[in-house]
Amino acid sequence: MGSYLPSTKQEQKQMLEAIGLKDLKDLFTGDVPNSVLLENSVNIPEGLSEMSVRTKMENIAAKNTVFSTILRGAGAYDHYIPAIVPAVTSRDEFLTAYTPYQAEISQGVLQSIFEYQTMVCELTGMDVSNASIYDGASAAAEGVMMTLTRKRDRVCVSATAHPDVISTIKTYCWGRDIPFELLPEKDGKLDLTALDSLKEDTACVYLQQPNYYGQFEDAELAREKIHKAGAKAVLGVYPTTLGLVKSPGEMGYDIAVAEGQPLGMPLSWGGPYLGILAAKKELMRSMPGRIVGETVDAKGRRAYVLTLQAREQHIRREKASSNICSNQALCAMTASIYLAVMGPKGMEEVAQLCYDGAHYFASELCKLPGFELRYKGDFFNEFVTSCPIEPEKLEKELAKHGVLSGLPLENGVLWCATEKLDKNAIDEVVGIIREVCTK
Amino acid sequence: MKLLFERSVKGRRTYLMPKSTFPKAELPDHLKRKEAPRLPEMSEVAVARHYKELSKQAFGVTSGFYPLGSCTMKYNPRVNEAAAGLPGFTGVHPLQPKDTVKGCQEVIIQAEKLLCEITGMDNMSFQPAAGAHGEFLGLLLIKKYHEERGDFKRKRIIVPDSAHGTNPASAAMVGFTVTHVPSDSEGQVDLEALKAVLDDTVAGLMLTNPNTVGIFDRNILEITRLVHDAGGLNYYDGANLNAIMGWVRPGDMGFDVVHLNLHKTFSTPHGGGGPGSGPVGCKKILSPYLPASKLGDEEKEKSLGQVRSFYGNFLVVVRALTYILTLGKEGLPQASGMAVLNANYLMQKLKDVYPMAYDRLCMHEFVMTLEDIKKKTGVSALDVAKGLLDYGMHPPTMYFPLIVHEALMVEPTETENRETLDEAAEAFMAIYQKIQEDPESLHLSPATTPISRPDEVNAARNPVVRYSFDKQ
Repeated sequence: MGSYLPSTKQEQKQMLEAIGLKDLKDLFTGDVPNSVLLENSVNIPEGLSEMSVRTKMENIAAKNTVFSTILRGAGAYDHYIPAIVPAVTSRDEFLTAYTPYQAEISQGVLQSIFEYQTMVCELTGMDVSNASIYDGASAAAEGVMMTLTRKRDRVCVSATAHPDVISTIKTYCWGRDIPFELLPEKDGKLDLTALDSLKEDTACVYLQQPNYYGQFEDAELAREKIHKAGAKAVLGVYPTTLGLVKSPGEMGYDIAVAEGQPLGMPLSWGGPYLGILAAKKELMRSMPGRIVGETVDAKGRRAYVLTLQAREQHIRREKASSNICSNQALCAMTASIYLAVMGPKGMEEVAQLCYDGAHYFASELCKLPGFELRYKGDFFNEFVTSCPIEPEKLEKELAKHGVLSGLPLENGVLWCATEKLDKNAIDEVVGIIREVCTK
Repeated sequence: MKLLFERSVKGRRTYLMPKSTFPKAELPDHLKRKEAPRLPEMSEVAVARHYKELSKQAFGVTSGFYPLGSCTMKYNPRVNEAAAGLPGFTGVHPLQPKDTVKGCQEVIIQAEKLLCEITGMDNMSFQPAAGAHGEFLGLLLIKKYHEERGDFKRKRIIVPDSAHGTNPASAAMVGFTVTHVPSDSEGQVDLEALKAVLDDTVAGLMLTNPNTVGIFDRNILEITRLVHDAGGLNYYDGANLNAIMGWVRPGDMGFDVVHLNLHKTFSTPHGGGGPGSGPVGCKKILSPYLPASKLGDEEKEKSLGQVRSFYGNFLVVVRALTYILTLGKEGLPQASGMAVLNANYLMQKLKDVYPMAYDRLCMHEFVMTLEDIKKKTGVSALDVAKGLLDYGMHPPTMYFPLIVHEALMVEPTETENRETLDEAAEAFMAIYQKIQEDPESLHLSPATTPISRPDEVNAARNPVVRYSFDKQ
């Protein structure tokens, strides 16, 4: 069996003697009721050597299909990850540290979070960011919870948001016993007329830009209507778009949230990902989770600390803004390194590549009989088309060529293109689709 | 140290993206952002050196002894990283067809089976991303259980006064009110006080055992029985499972639902504050309400919904599975046994000088109280913690649990050797010497770290939470 215990049997014996005991078991027999003390451990297999366990895990991983071409997004995106990103995040000092409670020996981690907060603010156009939430969906849920007041506790969510986001917000609302309302979709976008009749107790409206179907919402007009009703406006964004597309801050939103996975994190079957949460200054003290602030040390040197902790569970307990404690710190650092090497120019380039690629893909695909865009609005890098054959059949056929098809939806297929696909790749894919659909 | 933004030079960059091979499409003007984000403009080497600098001012488990109580800072085996980095795991899209993710499913199925056996539970959800997130889901299960039975009056959760702050905060997120029960003189739940607050408005009890003072509650079977008799459910906070793996199971102690911290007990790295993983296990009575998505199944009819997207922090589960397979049946109780032995060994070395909050055998951690020392010498728990920084170790958890005044909570973990524990004891002793001879010097500690004590009051009063580009 493998073991990470340094102590030899002899040392173990001596240490037991030092505390007046003979056997490891003696540490438990005094306190654990006899009726529940296990005689011979739990019923699991014997341990393995490092070499055997590694082979075993490799064999399990080999049972998955890793597609060489990915045309699927829907909340998780196959973007290029610069080589330096994992090289930095795998450093022991970052990987094996915990929350920087001891500022004097944790300035590296604290400063990296401060830099992350700054870059998130720049990207989203907001004033303040926290140190991260678990993922995009939980960030959305925590974001809407920030807006609750005694008089306003209704949460409205656009039906065009990601289904996991909708489901997560709904769960958080049910937990708090507050009303949850889904606002209707029309032509692949939020039906804006729904915003004209928001109830008086509406705390906020959550909208996603671009939405689940890839469509750009009329986010500015929506924001005006939401504010007119006296509610807060929360926007979920796709961070890759923000090198090119108007930020939530520029459009007057109160809170911005995002799934940060596109910023340097692999797909990894859904996690670890990164919940981004940023807001206008007025909402700073209702933010959940860790926030790092700048200060000085006793000698007047610049220093960073965890701050505004009076919001948090370890101080406020049941009155805290949230229960969040551990977050996704290393994923936040991942995003920071990604943004630092991409820079403003790189972010603009990747956004433009995604936009161009998806529009080329859409126009080529729609030259094939039976494929047409379901919605006529502007889109970024995702779009829904009709499909002349069963989408699941198309999915199977594409898989034979190492291609992960767009996601089958009720009314067609949700396609996605990232910068990882060049024109050749798209031409090839469209060729395969043509063949499959005309067979 | 300079910030990224202070190293930025206009026009510098790292070249990463290919030239476009497409006809250019134009984003409509009304959708375009007007001002580019002020991200750093840097060469790759400058970014690499920046983070290298930052890493010199970070402290991980490989940097030195890290006895941060309640956090289980054990060694993070590298083979776990190798497994989690396999392209067969990292390259899988969460919405791939089921027949293309058999490996991922196997990870979840195996991890569920092993962890259910270790905890004595029947089913498990891996969706929660951290311990507090697991608490949230676990309490939602309890809420759903009572609601499904038409019992809407159960709105109270009982939490001992020694509990972690996340417990009451999680209860509040689930619409429960919190009833605190006091601890007795031995740090255990006061049974009479518990009886006095139990009635038909109690939804459940949240408890960690061993508790937050490092003591195994001998009355555990009585406690869980009392709660069950009152119609409530028992929630096990797995924060302290590292003390008892392979020795006793929460399920056998009368708990109905547990959350685990894979990043504590099962050796996955803490990452500077995450990502962790907080899977929730439960008995059959609660299984129908679990999140549906564990294997990409269709929505279960009675599922309470999701607490985040997809299947949780999957790669963290891969690491934990690697660890459990490595240790196996004999390795788990050996690890817990040594975690408890290391704690008792170190406590024994310190207790003549530093008063312990409770004078009895501890489990995997122990709590000392500096209350008397502070009264006599003015040296606080904070001062001692800061003093330890000069000895190259991470200090214990400070001022927790709240029921112990001037608390320092020490959790050595099983992966430390005897020399490390002896050296830590010597550091504590050297500080004790200073307390006697030169208490003033401790108020000024640490002396050898990159910064001295930061002004936290100023940080909170005048919050600066992002870099200001307008400064100069």
